[in-house]
Amino acid sequence: MMTNELQYLSILPELILTIFGMLIMVLDPLMADRASRKPMGWLAFVGTLAALGATFYQGTHPVAGTAFFGMVRTDAFSIFFHVVVIVIAALAILSSLDYLETQGIRSGEYYGLILLGTVGMGLLSSAMELVMLFIALEISSISTYILAGYRRRVAASAESSIKYFLLGSFATAFFLYGVALIYGATGSTNITAISQALHNNHISSLTYLALVLMFVGMGFKVAVTPFHVWTPDVYEGAPAPVVALMSTGPKAAAFALMLRVLFGSFGELSQWWLPLIWISAALSMTIGNVGALLQNNVKRMLAYSSIAHAGYLLVAFAAGQDMGIAAAIFYTATYAAMNVGAFAVVSHFASRGERYVSIDDYAGLGRRSPVLAITLTIFMLSLIGIPLTGGFFAKFYVFSAALKSNLVWLTIIGLVNSAIAAYYYLRLIVVMYMKEGDDSVTLVPVPVATAAALLIAAGLTIYLGVMPGGVLGYALLGAQDLMR
Amino acid sequence: MDQNLHLWLIPLLPLLGALINGALGRRFSRQAVATVALASTAAAFGMALMVAASFSGLAHVPYVESHGPWIQITGFTVNFTFLLDQLSLVMLLVVTGVGFLIHIYSVGYMADDDGYYRFFAYLNLFMFFMLMLVLANNYLLMFVGWEGVGLASYLLIGFYFLKDSASQAGKKAFIVNRIGDFAFLLGMFMMTKYFGTLDYTSIFSQVLSNPAQFPVETGGAGLLTLIAFCLMIGATGKSAQIPLYVWLPDAMEGPTPVSALIHAATMVTAGIYMVARSNVIFNHAPMALTTVAVIGALTAIFAASIGIVQTDIKRVLAYSTISQLGYMFMACGVAAYSAAIFHLMTHAFFKALLFLSAGSVIHALGGEQDMRHMGGLRKYIPWTFGVMAVGTIAIAGIPPFAGFFSKDEILWKAFSSSSNGWIFWAIGLVTALMTSFYMFRLLFMTFFGERREAANAHDAHASAHGGHSDHGHGTPHESPWVMLTPLVLLAILSTVGGWVGIPHSMGGNNHFEKFLEPVFVHEGGQETEIEGTATWTNKLPPTKETTGEPAEAAHANTSTELLLTGISVAAGLIGLALAWFLYVSRPELPARIAHNLGNLYTTVLNKYYVDEIYQEAVVDPIVEGSTDILWRGVDVGIVDGAVNGAGTSAQAAFGTLRKMQSGNIRSYAGWVALGAALVVGYMVWMGIQ
Repeated sequence: MMTNELQYLSILPELILTIFGMLIMVLDPLMADRASRKPMGWLAFVGTLAALGATFYQGTHPVAGTAFFGMVRTDAFSIFFHVVVIVIAALAILSSLDYLETQGIRSGEYYGLILLGTVGMGLLSSAMELVMLFIALEISSISTYILAGYRRRVAASAESSIKYFLLGSFATAFFLYGVALIYGATGSTNITAISQALHNNHISSLTYLALVLMFVGMGFKVAVTPFHVWTPDVYEGAPAPVVALMSTGPKAAAFALMLRVLFGSFGELSQWWLPLIWISAALSMTIGNVGALLQNNVKRMLAYSSIAHAGYLLVAFAAGQDMGIAAAIFYTATYAAMNVGAFAVVSHFASRGERYVSIDDYAGLGRRSPVLAITLTIFMLSLIGIPLTGGFFAKFYVFSAALKSNLVWLTIIGLVNSAIAAYYYLRLIVVMYMKEGDDSVTLVPVPVATAAALLIAAGLTIYLGVMPGGVLGYALLGAQDLMR
Repeated sequence: MDQNLHLWLIPLLPLLGALINGALGRRFSRQAVATVALASTAAAFGMALMVAASFSGLAHVPYVESHGPWIQITGFTVNFTFLLDQLSLVMLLVVTGVGFLIHIYSVGYMADDDGYYRFFAYLNLFMFFMLMLVLANNYLLMFVGWEGVGLASYLLIGFYFLKDSASQAGKKAFIVNRIGDFAFLLGMFMMTKYFGTLDYTSIFSQVLSNPAQFPVETGGAGLLTLIAFCLMIGATGKSAQIPLYVWLPDAMEGPTPVSALIHAATMVTAGIYMVARSNVIFNHAPMALTTVAVIGALTAIFAASIGIVQTDIKRVLAYSTISQLGYMFMACGVAAYSAAIFHLMTHAFFKALLFLSAGSVIHALGGEQDMRHMGGLRKYIPWTFGVMAVGTIAIAGIPPFAGFFSKDEILWKAFSSSSNGWIFWAIGLVTALMTSFYMFRLLFMTFFGERREAANAHDAHASAHGGHSDHGHGTPHESPWVMLTPLVLLAILSTVGGWVGIPHSMGGNNHFEKFLEPVFVHEGGQETEIEGTATWTNKLPPTKETTGEPAEAAHANTSTELLLTGISVAAGLIGLALAWFLYVSRPELPARIAHNLGNLYTTVLNKYYVDEIYQEAVVDPIVEGSTDILWRGVDVGIVDGAVNGAGTSAQAAFGTLRKMQSGNIRSYAGWVALGAALVVGYMVWMGIQ
C-alpha cells in the first residue's frame, strides 16, 4: 500500500483531465452565444498535454503498483494505453477545432466531453476491479454517445447517436450481468482475486456463463463479428472527428479491458474462450474486408475497415503469450495513429454539412492538394500494411506471433484478407491520383490545427514503421505486466 | 581490418534525388530536374563501381555492414544490415548501370511530358527500393525493398493516369503482387518461428550446420519445403510466372523507359534473385526446386507462344520478358543458379535495349505501337534499326552475342541436371526457336517491307499518347542523341556482355560461374560447413574444375555440350529464317496461316483467355458472392450508404428516419442478441462435451 500522496499520483492523468473537463463545462456558458469556441478547444488541448506529461511522469517515477485498495494499478500496460488514448484525444481535438467552425457548431461542452470520455478510457486500462471497469466503460461510452449526435440538425447524426446509445446500453447490460455472475461464482470482483479463485477452487458453471456474457459486452465495444452490425451506420452519421475518436480511443480502451479480463482473470479458462476468439477473428476480418469492398462512402468504408482491423487484433489475442499480447498492444497504437489520421483528412475534406464523403469526391485531390493527398496516401498504405509504415509491422508482429502459436489457418485467413484489403484502400489512392477532379468539390486550405494533427499522425505512422523497436519493447513490458 | 564501403549510401543517394525532385521539382526547370535525377543515379553507379573495384581486396566476403538493430524483442532481432557478396555485387552493378543508362534515355523520351519531375521522382524512388532489395542482409529488409519496388512500379505504370487503362493496369499489378507477397510473408513467419531470425547468413548456416535437423527433404515435404514453396509463390508474383504473370503485359501501359527498367531489367528479376539468394533452402527442398523448374519451363514456352501472335510492339516484348524470366526460373529450378544470374544479367542488357529501341520507334512514329502500322522504318531511323537488330540477335541466341552464352548455359545445365533433364532442355529449345521467330518477326514487321501507315488511326494514337502529339505527322525521325547514346552502349553490352561466361567446352574459362561459386556452392566453402553435408548441388554434375572425372568422360561431356550448342544455334537460325520467309519474302502468308488455324489462332491471340478465366473464376465469385450470399436478405443496409452519402436532401433524411422507425435498431439488437445466443450456446455445447 502506498502513501496517500502516491495514491493520487496513480490517477494523476485522470485527475488532470477531469479538472480541465470541468473547467470547460463551467467556462463555456460564460462565453458569448455567438462566440467561437476555439479557445475552449485549445484549453482542452492543453489539458491533454498536461495529462500526457503526468503519464510520462508515472512512467519515469516509481509510482508503479496498486492503489486505492487494489482498485487501480499503474504499470507499463496502463501507461502505454494512457499514452495511446490521450494522444488520440489530443489529435481528435486538433482536428475538431476547425471542423466545428465549418459545421457551425458552437459548443465548448464538446471538448469537455472528449476529455471526460478520455478519463473513462484511461481508467479502463488501469482499473483492477470489475465494478470500477464497468464505471469506466460507461464514462467512456456515454460521452461518445453524446458526441456522436453532435450534428444536431442532421438526421443521420441523431440516428447514429441513438443507435449507438440503445445498442451500446444493451451490450453493457450483458457485461454487467457477467460481472454479477462472476461475483456470485467467485465472491470477488477483483481481477487478480478472480484469477486466483479460478485457479484454486472448483470452477462452477456460473463462471462460464459469466465469461461469455462479458465477452458479448466487450465484443460489442470493440466491434467484432457478430457484434459489429452497428458500426457502419454509427460511423457514417457521427461527426467525422468524433469517428476519429471513437473508432480508436474507446476501442483501444475496450481492447485493454478485454486483455485485462481475458488474460488477467480468465487465463485459466483460455481453452474455452480461445475458439471464440478464433472464430470471431476470422469472421471479423472477412466480413470487414468484404464489406469495405462494396462501399462508396469513405466513412462507411473505414467503418468496415475498422471491423477488419479489430479482427487482426483478435488474431493477436488468439496467439496469446507475451509475444501475442505485445503484438496486440502495438497494433492498437499503430491502428490509432493511422486511423485518426485518415479521419482527420476526412473531417477536413468533408466540408460544411459533410458534403464530400463519397469516394468519388476525392478525385483529383492529388493535383489539387498534394499535401492532403500524400498524407491520406500514407495512412492508406499503412492500413494496407506496406513496409516503412506502422501498419506493416503491426501486422507482421501479429501474424508472426500467431504462427508461433501454431495458428496456421488463422494466419492464412488473415494474410489472404490483408491481400483483399489492398483493393479498397488502393481504390481511394487511385481516385485521388488517377481520376480527373470535379471542380464542384470545393477545397479549403488546411488550417493550422488540422495540419498539426495530420503531421503528428503521419509522423507517428512512419515512426512506427521505421523505428518500431522502442514502442514494441514497451508493449512487451506491458504484456509482461499484464500477465504478472 | 576491413575497409568501410559505406554501402548504405548507395540506396540513399537515389532516395535523396527522389525527395528533392518530389518536393521541389514542380518549381524546377526541366534541366534541373534531370540534373538531380541523373546525378543521384550516377553517384550510386559510381559508388557501385568503386565497391566493385575494391571487392577483390576485401578481407571478408561476404562483407556485412551493420547499422545496429532495427527491431529487438526477446529472442528475435532484425538488424539493419547490408550484405555484399558476389551475387549482390552483380545485381548492384546491373541495377545501377542499366538504371543509369535508362535515366539518361528518359531525359529525351519524356522531354515533352507534363509530369517530368513526377516521373523522375518515381524513377529515383524505384532505384532506392531496388537497391535496398539487392543489398539487404535479411528477408525483412529485402521485403521492404520488395514492396517498395511494387509501389514505385504501381506509380509508374499508372503514370499516364488520364488513360483509364493505365490506372487499371497499375491496380492490377499491385493486387496480383499482393497475392505473391502473402506467400512471401508466410514464408518469413515460418522462418521467424523456426530459425528465430531473418538474417540470410544465420538461417543458411543453421541449415547447413545441422544436417540432422535439416536434412535434404527428398522423401517428403518438410519445413524447408514449405518455406521454399512460400518463397517460390512470392517469386512467381514479382517475376511474372504462371499463375501470377497476368499483370506484366498490362503493365506496358506505363512509359517505355519504365517498361525497360522495371518490367524487363530489374524489378521483375527480383524473384529470380530471391530464389538464387535462398539457394540453401531450395537445395534442401528438391520438391520445391522441381516445381520451380516446371513452372519456369511452362511459363517460358507458354508466354513465347503468345508472343508469336501479338501485334503491339511492347506487348511482344512483354511476353518475351515473361518467357525469358521463365528461362531463369527454370535454371534456378535445376539448381543452376549462376546460369540464372548470368542470363539475368545479359537479359537486362538486351531486353532493356529492345524496350528502349521500341521506345525510340514509338517516339519516331508519334505514339504508334501497332506493328501492323509500321514497316519499312529502316531507312528513316537507321540507328534505332541497328541497335535493335543487335538486341534481336542477342536474344535469339546467335553467337557471339550475349544471349547466346547465357541461354546456352541454361540449356546445358538443364540437360545435364538429371536423367529427366532433357525434357527441360527440349522445352527450352522449342522456346528458343519461338523466341528467335517472334523477335525477328518484330524486327522485320517494323523495319522491313513497305511502310503501312494507318492514316486515320494515327491521330487517335498520337493524342492518346499525350506529350508526343506534336510528332504525330510527317516522316518518322531519328531520336535525339541523348536517347541514342544509351542504346549504343547497351548494344555494346548486349554484344560483349556474354563473354565473361564463355564455357570450357568453347575454350573459355567461365569466369562468371567461378566468380559466383562462393554463393552457390557450399562444400567446405564456409567455416560453418560440416564435412559430409550433402547438398543438392553436390549431386549435380559438378563443374569441370572441381571434378575428378576421368578425362574421357569429361571429353564426352564436352562433345555433348558442343552438340547441344550446335542444335540451339540451329534453332535460333531456323527461327530467323522462318520469320524472314513469312514476313519478308511472302508477307501475305501469315494471314492465311492464321485463317487456316482458326480457333487455335484466336485462342492464342486472346492469350488463352487467361484473364477472362481469372475474372470468371476468381474475381466475379468474390464480388458476387459477397453481394449476394453475404448480404442479400441481411437487413444491414450495407450499400445504402451510397444513397445516404450522396443525397443530403430532406428526402434522404426522411429515408433514414423511416428506416429507424421501421425497426432497424431492433434488427441490429436482434443481431447482437443472436450473436450472444450463439456464444452462450457454444459454451453450453462445450460444457456438455
